[in-house]
Amino acid sequence: MEEEEYEPLVIAFCCNWCSYAGADLAGVSRFQYPPNIRVIRTMCSGMVHPNLVMDALTKGADGVIICGCHIGDCHYLEGNVITEKRADAIELMLEDFGLEPERFRLEWISASEGDKFARVMNEMVEAVKALGPSPYKM
Amino acid sequence: MVEKVGAVLVVGGGIAGMQASLDLADSGYKVYLLDKSPNIGGAMAQLDKTFPTNDCAMCIMAPKLVETGRHRNIELLTGASLEAVQGSPGNFLVTIKKTARKVDETRCTGCGMCTHFCPVEVPDEYNMGLVTRKAIYVKYPQAVPAVVSIDLEHCIGCGICEGQCEAEAIVYDQEEQMMDIEVGSIVVAPGFNLFDLARKPQYGYGVYPNVLSSLELERMLSATGPHAGMVLRPSDGELPRNMAFIQCVGSRDKQTGNTYCSSVCCMFSIKEAIIAKEHTPGLEAHIFFMDMRAYGKEFDEYYSRAEEEHGVKFTRGNRISMVEEDPVTHNLFITYVDGAELKVEEFDIVVLSVGTEAPVDTDKLRQVLGIDLNTHSFCETSIFDPLSTTKPGIYVCGAFSSPKDIPDSVAQASGAAALASSHISTERNKLVEIREFPPEKDISGEDSKIGVFICHCGINIGGVVDVPAVVEYAKTLPNVTYAEDNLYTCSQDTQSKIVETIKEHDLNRVIVASCTPRTHAPLFMNTIRDAGLNPYLFEMANIREHCSWVHSKEPEKATQKAKDLVRMAVAKAALLEPIPPIKISIGKSALIIGGGITGMTAALGIADQGFDAYLVEKKDELGGITRRIHFALTGEDVQARMNELIDKVKSNERVHVYTGAKIKDIEGFVGSFITTLEHEGEEKQIRHGVVLVATGGAELKPDEYLYGKDPRVVTQLEYEDMLANGGLKEDTKSVAMIQCVGSRNEERPYCSRICCTETIKNALKTKEMMPDANVYVFHRDMRTYGFREDYYLEAAEKGVVFVRYYPENPPKLTVNDGKLDLIAKDPFLDEEIVVNPDVVMLAVATLPNADNEELSTFLKIPLSKDKFFLEAHVKLRPVDFATEGVFLCGLAHSPKFVEECLAQASAAVSRATTILAQDELELEATKSFVVDEKCDGCAYCVDPCPYDAITLIEYMRDGTVKKTVDVDETACKGCGVCQATCPKDGIFVRGFTLGQINAMIEAALEVA
Ligand code: FES
Repeated sequence: MEEEEYEPLVIAFCCNWCSYAGADLAGVSRFQYPPNIRVIRTMCSGMVHPNLVMDALTKGADGVIICGCHIGDCHYLEGNVITEKRADAIELMLEDFGLEPERFRLEWISASEGDKFARVMNEMVEAVKALGPSPYKM
Repeated sequence: MVEKVGAVLVVGGGIAGMQASLDLADSGYKVYLLDKSPNIGGAMAQLDKTFPTNDCAMCIMAPKLVETGRHRNIELLTGASLEAVQGSPGNFLVTIKKTARKVDETRCTGCGMCTHFCPVEVPDEYNMGLVTRKAIYVKYPQAVPAVVSIDLEHCIGCGICEGQCEAEAIVYDQEEQMMDIEVGSIVVAPGFNLFDLARKPQYGYGVYPNVLSSLELERMLSATGPHAGMVLRPSDGELPRNMAFIQCVGSRDKQTGNTYCSSVCCMFSIKEAIIAKEHTPGLEAHIFFMDMRAYGKEFDEYYSRAEEEHGVKFTRGNRISMVEEDPVTHNLFITYVDGAELKVEEFDIVVLSVGTEAPVDTDKLRQVLGIDLNTHSFCETSIFDPLSTTKPGIYVCGAFSSPKDIPDSVAQASGAAALASSHISTERNKLVEIREFPPEKDISGEDSKIGVFICHCGINIGGVVDVPAVVEYAKTLPNVTYAEDNLYTCSQDTQSKIVETIKEHDLNRVIVASCTPRTHAPLFMNTIRDAGLNPYLFEMANIREHCSWVHSKEPEKATQKAKDLVRMAVAKAALLEPIPPIKISIGKSALIIGGGITGMTAALGIADQGFDAYLVEKKDELGGITRRIHFALTGEDVQARMNELIDKVKSNERVHVYTGAKIKDIEGFVGSFITTLEHEGEEKQIRHGVVLVATGGAELKPDEYLYGKDPRVVTQLEYEDMLANGGLKEDTKSVAMIQCVGSRNEERPYCSRICCTETIKNALKTKEMMPDANVYVFHRDMRTYGFREDYYLEAAEKGVVFVRYYPENPPKLTVNDGKLDLIAKDPFLDEEIVVNPDVVMLAVATLPNADNEELSTFLKIPLSKDKFFLEAHVKLRPVDFATEGVFLCGLAHSPKFVEECLAQASAAVSRATTILAQDELELEATKSFVVDEKCDGCAYCVDPCPYDAITLIEYMRDGTVKKTVDVDETACKGCGVCQATCPKDGIFVRGFTLGQINAMIEAALEVA
């Protein structure tokens, strides 16, 4: 086997109004983070169906993170409150699917938190690196 | 009666001129935008970043540039000058001279081939002469129009460019041209001129190679600058180890006659120091200044971050007298005072923070337009008419009326647009072409044919990501018919190329891989509309903010990621479907919240545009906080002007005033809001199309300096009241004024902007009324920016004593034997100063309105952390909210002067008019839709919908009752909570369906 370190792949759902803007700000501020993140823009974090998260994880993503506006800041009033409830459900599902809880994360990142975006992405990549590849990876 | 013309001439194509043009053009007026330069863009085009967000200037400006260049109602007159103006408001005849570009603008494609072959090298003005350009050139890469021109002063007439030009666009015998146009009003926005540094020889500019102007440094910091963003010492090309900034060069300077403050240079230097440190490993930056004038919204926070996080050094109280050079090393020496000590420090580079002056052609403008200039040769205006020149029908905005920053210029530009159109509003839509797109092509049944356009963004992307490799990769992806790379995909010439390419290759979906869709998607969506495609057949891959900029040290991995992002976009794009436009009708009226002078001015402005204005004030009378202002620095009678305004508001039939009214609720959305008021004991409902928030502010009641405990301690407004109403005892011998009470501290980190000047006003008034009284001002920085500086000087000349204090060592006020004892420590003399004032005036903070929080929930509009309202974009959208149809102005935005409030009030009117002028508004089409076959009417989605947009319905199908849900498209905002709740795949948001998102996930997991 090659010695190469395994490079995880993390899907990050970012709501258009805060977290995607936060990711943009990380870029504008040139905060560096590992290139293992694939951002998928959604209008609100509340748009992310739990099935999408589970599908991604069972199709081989090493981690999934949902990012939304801070509670109270959701562009659509309370979409993120619903996201928070769904996140609990997702956590329960992880267990059923034999996945470590660290493979899923929910974070509130505002449009002005470019530094937080970069930090969270660094942490997430570190965490799934430590776990090793997803058991569902072909 | 003069016959009115529904057209406006805008003089100057910088950011202010562009904003005024866009507002007017969007409101139904024909605009002639004149610029003496061959390309528009003005000074902002030269900036690398903008404070206080460090936004890339070109990135935020490019969409406006392109929009201005392609707007059907805007005619660009570049390389042109104003020769004569005749006529009167409503109908001016303007004579314009257009210099010979020697290039046929309609033929030139801006390919730039000619510039490679031209043999003549000329110093490049855009890069402050740090590099050269050719005699045939385009000013900067993203320039609009994207057309070259020949610099006649340097052209040798060799004819090489003519031979090279495949478009046959070079026309050597093109002559200068005179033309006459008719317009109803004129907006002047010629910008500013930089102070000539040769007039301050003591700094060695032009003699010592390592002395730079701040604009030269700005160009060095820019990726499109001479060293691709690196700062290098001109003498030896080495990286500097340290750098000094000398402030106020050509500003606040009696010797040069420029006694005023240039208003922007403090923040400009802080920004440059931060960026230079980011670009240069180990660089030390040291700013020498007199007062740090960080007076704007969130400027003080930026200043603190520069010091605390970025380690920029600041030394206050210094007017550096000269720069000396070691002729061998070309290193530079500066002597300065630090506290009570004199120090000398050696620097690798010295940056002169250059002041601004009136534009070079100010005198010609005066003559041709017949307007008055002030003593500093800037355009004369007054605080109650900040946007009017002395000539009726001619308005002014931007730096021509006083030095100012971008958001103030942009607000003024919108404001001037509103005034310019107010007296020709009957002519709206008479001279314009309604923007028409070609009919939409029906693509149903077609296979996906995707075109991918990948941007280098100069070197922003191309310097990290191997763009050509990504193009080659894109070509191998399923459904991709075409792929290419562009230096700047957003530039105007690329837009026409995209349209051509779509037609040529019969593309039915388009992807741009460049920057963030948040700023650039609208531009490209319009471009594909021009090619007959539905705008939603478009997808972006963000390979700049999310790739090249954040993985700049890993080019290979970044290239791989860029390929992945393109693959994901292609996977989604293949599944995109056209989305039919949704149009809503616009209620032609506005609700204005707040009856202070800002709200009243806005209400009159809306009425002048021919719309109804509902003005709601919670107090029983109009006037707001201005009721407590008696004097103006410039001498106007404030109360008289305010009462005039109140009379106008009350007598205008289109303005409906509700005083003593409380807003109970606001429902609806742009075009049709419904507001419930409690007024005179009854509930009333008002229907309106837009909302203007002008809630004003309040004065802090402090709990320091014995306020409330000793009657001799008063706030600024209370003191003004004493001055006006004889409240000051005749035997007053000594008055102390303390600045920054409750501002610039931990609780309120912001600067309240107005208090320094108000203090000067009160100090001068006190001296006028009681020449023998001593007036002491205890301050941290005197922030009398712009021409207010002249009054600061006057106060000092009249004997007002200014004593600086540091926040860690504020003045102490105690009562001893019934006398007030004020003790302060002068940091420069290092000694204690004791005064026994009869009165102490506290320059207290301006507070946000306490109702802001409630309103922010009614309207879903955000507050800043200081609890003022947060605009859509701090630089370029100062009076807009991200929520459509809602605007802000005045103190609701942040503390500001009367003239600034009034400019913003007009600006909000202008922005609102761009909506009210339309009969129908096309809505964002991202909405939910129901898949009836899948929906079984379980109604799980009904409750979670935050907008109550979903209802359960039943209908007869094939003889049985079918349950399903129905979406109200005007209420739905497309958040997608429903689609994530639905267990049956029965409801989706267009453009974000589960299928589309799944395709992206699968593509992400594929390994290229
Ligand atoms: S919009 Fe960001 S979480 Fe709802």
